[in-house]
Amino acid sequence: MRQDSLFNLALYFGGFVAAMIMVIMFGILFKGSVLSIKNFGIHFFFGEEWNPPMEKFGLLPFVVGTILTSILALSLSLPFAISLAVFLGIYCSRGIVSNILRHLSDLLAGIPSVVYGFWGLFFLVPIVRNLEIKLGIMPFGVGIFTASITLAIMIIPYMSSMIVELIKMVPRELVEAGYSLGATSFDVVRKIVFPYIKSGVISGIILAFGRAFGETMAVTMVIGNVNSVPKSIFSPANTMASIIANEFPEASSGLYLSSIVYIGLWLFVITFIVNLLGNLIIRKFRVGENES
Amino acid sequence: MVIIKKQEVKMMRKRFLSLIIVVIIFGLLPLKAEIELVGAGATFPYPLYSKMFAEYYKQYGVKVNYQAIGSGGGIRQLMARTVDFGASDAYVDDKGIKKFPAPIVHIPIVAGAVVIIYNLPIDSHLKLSPEVLADIFLGRIRKWNDEKIRKLNPDIELPNKDIVVIHRSDGSGTTFIFSDYLCKVSSEWQKKVGRGKVLNWPVGLGAKGNPGVAGLVRQIPGAIGYVELIYAKSNDIPFASVKNKKGNFIVPSLESVTLAADVPLPDDMRVSLTNTDSKYGYPIAGFTWILVYKDLANCGMSREKAKALVDLLWWMVHNGQKYATLMHYAPLSEKAQRKAEVIIKSIEFEGEALIK
Amino acid sequence: MNLRFRLLFDKAFKIAVAILSISVIVPLILILFHIVSKGVSSINLHFLIRDQNLSESGGSGILNSIVGTFLLITIASVFSVPLGIIAGLFLVEVKSKFVEFVRILVDVLHGIPSIVIGIVTYLLIVKPFGGFSAISGGIALGLMMFPLVVKSTEESLRLVPYSLREASFALGANYVKTIFRVVLPTCIKGIIVGTLIGISRIAGETAPLLFTAFGNPYFNINPFKPVNALPLVIFNYAMSPYEEWHRIAWGASLVLVGIIFLLNMTTKIAGKKWEVQF
Repeated sequence: MRQDSLFNLALYFGGFVAAMIMVIMFGILFKGSVLSIKNFGIHFFFGEEWNPPMEKFGLLPFVVGTILTSILALSLSLPFAISLAVFLGIYCSRGIVSNILRHLSDLLAGIPSVVYGFWGLFFLVPIVRNLEIKLGIMPFGVGIFTASITLAIMIIPYMSSMIVELIKMVPRELVEAGYSLGATSFDVVRKIVFPYIKSGVISGIILAFGRAFGETMAVTMVIGNVNSVPKSIFSPANTMASIIANEFPEASSGLYLSSIVYIGLWLFVITFIVNLLGNLIIRKFRVGENES
Repeated sequence: MVIIKKQEVKMMRKRFLSLIIVVIIFGLLPLKAEIELVGAGATFPYPLYSKMFAEYYKQYGVKVNYQAIGSGGGIRQLMARTVDFGASDAYVDDKGIKKFPAPIVHIPIVAGAVVIIYNLPIDSHLKLSPEVLADIFLGRIRKWNDEKIRKLNPDIELPNKDIVVIHRSDGSGTTFIFSDYLCKVSSEWQKKVGRGKVLNWPVGLGAKGNPGVAGLVRQIPGAIGYVELIYAKSNDIPFASVKNKKGNFIVPSLESVTLAADVPLPDDMRVSLTNTDSKYGYPIAGFTWILVYKDLANCGMSREKAKALVDLLWWMVHNGQKYATLMHYAPLSEKAQRKAEVIIKSIEFEGEALIK
Repeated sequence: MNLRFRLLFDKAFKIAVAILSISVIVPLILILFHIVSKGVSSINLHFLIRDQNLSESGGSGILNSIVGTFLLITIASVFSVPLGIIAGLFLVEVKSKFVEFVRILVDVLHGIPSIVIGIVTYLLIVKPFGGFSAISGGIALGLMMFPLVVKSTEESLRLVPYSLREASFALGANYVKTIFRVVLPTCIKGIIVGTLIGISRIAGETAPLLFTAFGNPYFNINPFKPVNALPLVIFNYAMSPYEEWHRIAWGASLVLVGIIFLLNMTTKIAGKKWEVQF
């Protein structure tokens, strides 16, 4: 009996540690940002200027950069990810080609962010630069546009594998019932499969958004590293994650360091909320699915 | 059903434990044998330091792990005492020194040139004046074939291209030297932007480290940037000759930097070399320093390690100087070397000098 | 709706899906192709068995980075696997409201950006302990691996039918013995698969290492000292102007992708073979 209660204690300890990880992380981020919070408060979010020498710090340029790249990346990737998922899940769900494509997609989902950034720097940036020259604008090559495309390419395999999994969860009887009633595959997808997995897809989109939001390496390498609010889609910019990567190693003054940690805190809170939402939705979906 | 037998479990446990013990022993063994110094900071002297530290390891068996994270990073990590020494091309001013938990000293190693690189199909050195430079980096002059640039370079065919300014995205001593110069020659720059390792740049793209700026300038047609001389030379990137205070257009080189470094030197060696009075001196030059705590016991090292660090510094300002000339950095003048020796001799461990 | 219309839409949809799929597959394959073709030229025996050599042009190697990556992975696993298994056990075995709370927290931890984890690890470990080290890097990576281990432990445990435990109880074993001698061994292979998945995720992470592992041009397996890693090499060399460094970065990318590919393959094969079966 003593062994049992000791074991139970160990289990509770494990659960406690797991919970404490998040609490401690929040605590450290909060403690590190206190100085900046006292100084700027909530106005930090809307501050347009990031000026370390003058000790003026504002988040807006990076919030805009982050939101622009994330939303753009998501919008670019969604049609492709869904098509790929429909292709692999419905039209070509068995056979050698399907297996190869699925393995390929998994491999691409596993390629590290820094390698994507490297690839983007050498293959995407010159292409975008040529485009900018043709359009007659500053031939940066780097900027929001390039970063969004790179992000989109990273998200596609991830999202399409997720959607393929969801498609597989649709009970075969429903699909076959549809076919037996004379539906075309388009009808099946539109009226049976998608409504069934709708909340799962929404959850997937939210989670992918969260991932794009916090993506650091690939973005840092191709976004141009400029600390002002981007004016156009081809402007160079910075995201909340990339400014931290750039300036954390040398933020030395109390307020400077505190402001950077404050950005980290914001990132933490935003991705926390986004992931919470995504997870809750998919949990409801799974529960609903199990019940049926 | 899979149930692992009792004996198998015991054997697996034994093997696992022995593996862990081996790894720990293996890992900690070098801890006793070799001395390893950890430093961080400027990218400005990085090619030189890499060479110096590699040679030092060959000759004396002391490993130096130097990571070029930018001058700002070097100063910050030294402040946090996570490294044994910092390296910076921006000296720490009196206000900054107060932020350190204990007194620090600056040891000059070499002087270098901040050269203006550009991506244009031009063979010769573009001539630039302080006013034009300030205007370009302030965003006032936006095209290469602007009047003001053409006036300085009548026999060069300048294209009708946009000027793409490239600056540093990280905390940089190179930026400090450059902005220090611009402050001296342009009151508008001083008012609007100022001097510092991190600036609120009016225009341009940011790149990480001297290598990053060189990389971007190489790739973008019409780009302009500022890097240490060696980065331009080793990548065959064309750079400008700059008009100095006395009105001469000076090509950055070992010689012109040595001339610029011929200034009265304060005892703590914290001095700026920009906008030199020397007739043939290059106007955008600067020392690069290694920063350490005056009393190395403050940095959490053993006496052995402290001695090794001081020996390294002594070597760098004496025997190590020969590598500087190879890479176009200006070695310390005799005057500067004397002063550096005094500073190194003042470094202590628990109150006792390490080199007598 | 008219039958012809529906059939038309169906065809159009099929074609649209095919076009979009192919137009995304092609660039993705191109990326792989680029990585392989650019990286292959740098990979030779010297590259793999030499350390970073900064002073001579005799060709630099990435041995110290490969070793560093493995060291970091090992440390991360040491921290996250035992803790993750216990937490997974907690989520399955304990019945209380607290469990749901913990589960949500672990799931959300999975989505926290790696750079934030890097900041926290710096503030928590590097600064107070006064130095960069492989351990701090390993802990940062371990934090990222933790949710994956917990999830796979939880899922594997759930697959074990209750009848197995009942049989063990019927034979007189107490609760602890049942867990350790019957349940866990049954699903250990699922847990291992989950660990491998976690490893393949953290092998390529760079951001948390920027402020923790720091980098090191020398061969190092001492966990208390700074260490280099493949993603750091790629990041640092990619943004340099030197052709030579770019080649090294491509070689390192290929090696890294290769390692991840092997891990993926192992996971898939092992996953199939080692499914909990009854």
